[in-house]
Amino acid sequence: MSDASIRQENLAERYADNMREGIVVRGLLILVALVFLALFLFLPLVSVFAEAFKRGWPAYLAAFDDPDAMAAIRLTLIVAAIAVPFNVIIGIAAAWAIAKFDFKGKNLLTSLIDLPFSVSPVIAGLIYVLLFGAQGYFGTWLKAHNVEIIFAVPGIVLATVFVTFPFVARELIPHLQALGKDDEEAALTLGASGWRTFFKITLPNVKWSLLYGVLLCNARAMGEFGAVSVVSGRIRGLTTTIPTQIEILYNEYNGVAAFALASLLAALALVTLILKTFLEWRYADSIAASRHS
Amino acid sequence: MSAVASEAGWRKPSILPGFGLAFGLTLTALCLIVLIPLAALVIKAASAGPADIIAIATSPRTLAALRLSFGAAFLAAIVNAVFGLLIAWILVRYRFPGRRLIDAAVDLPFALPTAVAGIALSAIYAPNGWVGSIAEAHGLKIAYTPTGVLVALIFIGLPFVVRSVQPVLEESQVDIEEAAALLGASRLRTIFRVVLPAVAPALLTGFVLAFARAIGEYGSVIFIAGNIPMISEIAPLLIVIRLEQFDYAGAAVVGMLMLLASFSLIFLINLLQAWSRKRLGDV
Repeated sequence: MSDASIRQENLAERYADNMREGIVVRGLLILVALVFLALFLFLPLVSVFAEAFKRGWPAYLAAFDDPDAMAAIRLTLIVAAIAVPFNVIIGIAAAWAIAKFDFKGKNLLTSLIDLPFSVSPVIAGLIYVLLFGAQGYFGTWLKAHNVEIIFAVPGIVLATVFVTFPFVARELIPHLQALGKDDEEAALTLGASGWRTFFKITLPNVKWSLLYGVLLCNARAMGEFGAVSVVSGRIRGLTTTIPTQIEILYNEYNGVAAFALASLLAALALVTLILKTFLEWRYADSIAASRHS
Repeated sequence: MSAVASEAGWRKPSILPGFGLAFGLTLTALCLIVLIPLAALVIKAASAGPADIIAIATSPRTLAALRLSFGAAFLAAIVNAVFGLLIAWILVRYRFPGRRLIDAAVDLPFALPTAVAGIALSAIYAPNGWVGSIAEAHGLKIAYTPTGVLVALIFIGLPFVVRSVQPVLEESQVDIEEAAALLGASRLRTIFRVVLPAVAPALLTGFVLAFARAIGEYGSVIFIAGNIPMISEIAPLLIVIRLEQFDYAGAAVVGMLMLLASFSLIFLINLLQAWSRKRLGDV
């Protein structure tokens, strides 16, 4: 072997070392990341189910044999059934206006729609108490007309709508923007009505992003704690949702019942994650439009 | 509502219908649900008068709560920046069994309701919990101390950093790293001089997002914090306590301070994103 070729080989070896981390370093990095994830993600999730089943199935099931727990589950479903469709309609309207038209103040409108994301859940509850609470701006009027909002179901719905306001719009806007408006213009030119164009062209085009948004919106609506606990007054059996009922049970040292209810929400979170991951794999292109913006 | 659309000189003409309805619906909902209620907070806080506002804002308990909320949120965001970057790196660059599962699991804090996270974390980190008992044996108390607050805030902030950094790492050009290696740079030097500068804006954005979210976090913190006034009482909890005492002005002023902080951070994020766009555009 000539000197030159030996030198070349040495160089190649050296560069190979420079190109990536050694196997030991890689292994260590993965190990550190996994330990971190175990401590902060996996253990909490596992512990929900471990604590719920600590005394076995009968104790677990007994937690649901409680009128307050059933009332909390019912109220959670009712609130989500109002808040999610409301935000779907507003989200679609917002996405239609923002993605399909050019107007002044569009960026401002988009930022304002995202605003609830950056507001603390407690503040989301606080603002409605300031408006509709007993000493709030409309408190006296509401009392005179016997309308209950705070410490009642309407307040819980309002607070939930507030915290989930951006979810649907934020998934739909980038996707609709990426699709452009050629399809709709073609349909309209061919004589389809506006609504028909929307239902036959626009909606099918964005159905996966819409479903994705609904999924995230629903998970948050059913799991919202801070905002709901401020406006609900946590009246047992009347204004407790699953998360606030969990708090009550936990503070009464009824751990198994608290974790049994929590296991429902943890299962909902897992289903949400699985569906979300599935949608991302299956309809990556569709949803990527909304991710990278 | 259609009057809005037809008279509008502020909007480009389009043959698509429905602008008036869609825009009107959006604006009405936005005003009723978000803007007017937030304005009520500002008005309520302002109506307390400058002397009261200063008195509330500078009372020792308010200051202690704000210091804890901001301090713990900042520390948690730093921890998340380090480990979030590491997790994004191993997810993008390495292949190992369970990678896709972990990729999906990173979003868990987004999906898991905060109250559930709160009781689960306090069960684990309590002195008789799985991790808490080990820590206690080494003289470290986690749950019911400010450290517990930090743990909860790390949990809820992690996905913000990972999901900000991941797309940038996926798109970053391996050929530039190869060029650096061929020019004789060691791997460590390439990482610090080539990889890190490229992900810096995304990392910073993730850091600010995690920080902003952690400041206002309530549900996951209150179970593990112990909530001792002046020591482990976070600002959102102080708002709840003031409300329960029907001290609306006190609640509104603390809320207002937190709102100001969030809005400054949103402004900062927008600046950061404009900066990173400009930087990426230059390359």
